[in-house]
Amino acid sequence: MKAITRNILVLVLSSVATVLHAGDMLMVRTQQKFPEAMLTLQTSVKEHGYAITRVQRIDIGLTGMGYETDKYRVVFVGKPEEIQYLIGKYPVLAAYMPPQISIFAEEGDTVLVTANPIIYAEMITDESDRVIFQRWESDVYSVFDDIREADE
Amino acid sequence: MRIIACLFIAFLSANASAAPHGDELYARHCSSCHGNDGKGGVGVPLALPSFLDSVSDEYLQKTIRQGRPGRIMPAFDVLSDAQLTAVVKHLRSWSDKPAPKEDNSVIKGNAKKGKVLFAKYCMQCHGEDGSGGKGTGVTFSRKRDLPIIAPALNNAGFLASATDVMLRDTITYGREGTPMTSMLVAGLTETDIDDIVSYIRSMEEAAERSKQALNGNGSDSPVIMVDSPYDLDETVANLKQAITDQNFTLIRTEYLEHGLVEEGKENKKQVALHFCNFGFLFKALSVDPRVGMFLPCRVTVIENDGKVQVSTINPKRLGKLFNNHELDEYCDEMYEVYSTLLEDATL
Repeated sequence: MKAITRNILVLVLSSVATVLHAGDMLMVRTQQKFPEAMLTLQTSVKEHGYAITRVQRIDIGLTGMGYETDKYRVVFVGKPEEIQYLIGKYPVLAAYMPPQISIFAEEGDTVLVTANPIIYAEMITDESDRVIFQRWESDVYSVFDDIREADE
Repeated sequence: MRIIACLFIAFLSANASAAPHGDELYARHCSSCHGNDGKGGVGVPLALPSFLDSVSDEYLQKTIRQGRPGRIMPAFDVLSDAQLTAVVKHLRSWSDKPAPKEDNSVIKGNAKKGKVLFAKYCMQCHGEDGSGGKGTGVTFSRKRDLPIIAPALNNAGFLASATDVMLRDTITYGREGTPMTSMLVAGLTETDIDDIVSYIRSMEEAAERSKQALNGNGSDSPVIMVDSPYDLDETVANLKQAITDQNFTLIRTEYLEHGLVEEGKENKKQVALHFCNFGFLFKALSVDPRVGMFLPCRVTVIENDGKVQVSTINPKRLGKLFNNHELDEYCDEMYEVYSTLLEDATL
C-alpha cells in the first residue's frame, strides 16, 4: 500500500476512534444494580484479554469495623506479560501495578472510576512503550462503553 | 487512490455536518457524576426546574468549559462549541420553560455591608469565606434526602460563569427544591441583596489566586521511592513493623504478580504489602467516594540485581486528579504516613 494511502486510512481510523474526555480520571455510571454491574465489568474486562488479579472488598472491611457503607469494591486488572515487562523495565511503575478500577453503588445506580492509564506514561523513558498505555486507555473506554450499553 | 481520497473527503464532510447528539455526550461526559436523569450523585443535581429556569445557556456553557477548580467538576476544554451547545440543549430538555437571557449588567452594591449580611444570612451554608458545603456524593457523605450541597461562591469557575444579575435573582427568589430560600422573604431589601452580590463579586481576586495555586505545584514525582540498605525479607519485616507502629492494619502481604501468574510461579523478588486505617479511609471516602481507585494503601518492595527499592504512590500528586481541594489534607496526611513508613523501614 502506498504511504499516502496508508496515512489517510490511519487518519480516518484514528478519527473514528477518538473519544473525548475531560481529564485524567475516567468514570461511567450504569443503572444496573451493583451485582449486575460487577458481572458486566468482569465479563468485559476478560473479553478484552485482561486477568482480574483480585477484588478488594472495601465495604466488607469498613462494615466489619463498624462503618456504615454501601457496596464498594476495587478490581485489579492486567495482562501478565505487560505488567511483568513494565515493572521489569520501570520499577517506578510498581506502585501503580496492576491498575485498578473502583466500583461502588450510588443509590440504585453503580459508578465505576479509574485513573486514565495514559497518566502512567509519564513514568517511562522509552517512548515506544507509550503504545501500551494508549491501548489500555482505549480498552478502558471500550469496557466502560460495554457497561453503558448494558443499560440500553 | 482516487476512490480512497473521495471516501476520506466524504467522511470528513459527514463528520463536519453531523450535529452532535447532546444526550450521547451527556451520557459519556456528565452522567457518571450528575446521574443519567440529572438528579445528581457525585455531582450536583442539574434537573431541578428552579435551577434550569434561573440560569442562562451561557452560564451552563461557561461552567462546562471552565469547570470548578478544586470542586470536582473538571474543565471540559475538549468539547467543541457545537458539542457544548448540544449538551446544554439536552439539559434544557428537563425543563418546559425557555432559558433566561443572559444579562451582564453590573450591580454596584456596598461590598463591606454585603460582607456583614453574608455572615448573617449566607455563611451557615456557604461557609465563612464562601467556600461552600463539604463533601460530595450520596454514597458516604450526603443523606439521600438532601438535594444539593451549597456551592462554593468563591470559586473562580463559578464567578467567571455567574453574572451579577444571576446572583441577585438567586438570592432574591431562592431555589425551590433546595435549602436556598428567598432572602427577600427572609427580610432583606433589594439594596441589601445588591450589597451581598458585590461582596461575592469581591471574592474574585482570591478565587483567581486559589486557582493559580491549584494549577501550580505540579512537579511532584508520581511516586515516593527509596533504596533500602536491607535485603528484601528484612525490608518487608521492617515495613510490617512500621505499618503497625503507624496504627494501620496490615491486610495482607503478597507477591506483586499474585493473580497474574499461576500460584507458586510469581516473581519472589516483588512484594506488595496492603494495609489500611479504616477510620481514616472512611473519612477520605466521605470527602470523595472516588478515592477508592488508589485503595487500599500499599507499599511495594522490589529487588533487582541485589538492590532493594521500596515505593508507594505519591498521594499529593494523585490528589490533583480529583480536582477536589477538600482531599488535600488527606493526601498530605497520607504522604506523611507513606514517607514515615519508608523512612522507618529503611533507616
